Amino acid sequence: MLATVIPIAYALVTLAFALSFWRLIKGPDAPDRILALDTLYVNTIALLVLLGIHLGSAIYFEAALLIAMMGFVGTVALCKYLLRGDIIE
Amino acid sequence: MTDTLLAVLVLTGAIFTFIGSLGLARLRDFYTRLHGPTKATTLGVGCLLIASALFFSLRDDGISLHEVLVTLFLFITAPVSAHLLAKAALHLKARSLAPTPRAGDAQTTDRG
Repeated sequence: MLATVIPIAYALVTLAFALSFWRLIKGPDAPDRILALDTLYVNTIALLVLLGIHLGSAIYFEAALLIAMMGFVGTVALCKYLLRGDIIE
Repeated sequence: MTDTLLAVLVLTGAIFTFIGSLGLARLRDFYTRLHGPTKATTLGVGCLLIASALFFSLRDDGISLHEVLVTLFLFITAPVSAHLLAKAALHLKARSLAPTPRAGDAQTTDRG
């Protein structure tokens, strides 16, 4: 059952990637693009976790954890730049 | 039995991840778009991470705790980044579909 569900899950997460990417390109404001980038990194974590289940390897979690931390820092830095015109004051 | 449970969790997670991004692509202004990724996608990834934790805990001996770290981190950071994004959008005066309040509205909300 899991073997049949995993390809469907791959397809859904890839579609989610495509939709977020479309919003990243289309815009219209800077916060929309930051939100799209934020969604893209969360989708990346989902895809890495799926890969981990599919291939039965626990190595992917370190990558997922790193992406979660770096993605959050990136989002905060971009928001701070929009809010204050500066990242570290 | 556990195979079915894992399949249900993986499918739910993938569907919610998809719904979150669909909301990001289809909703009409920034403040409504903020709902999709910050709620639906977080829930979707949470489901996938629970499925992964179950999978590795059942396959190997002992409990797999890597996923709990990722889940905790995501669930703490998602509201913070959403709050900062909303603040940035308010600061830049992003276009909103919400109607502008009329002159008398503030007093009625004060009384209520």
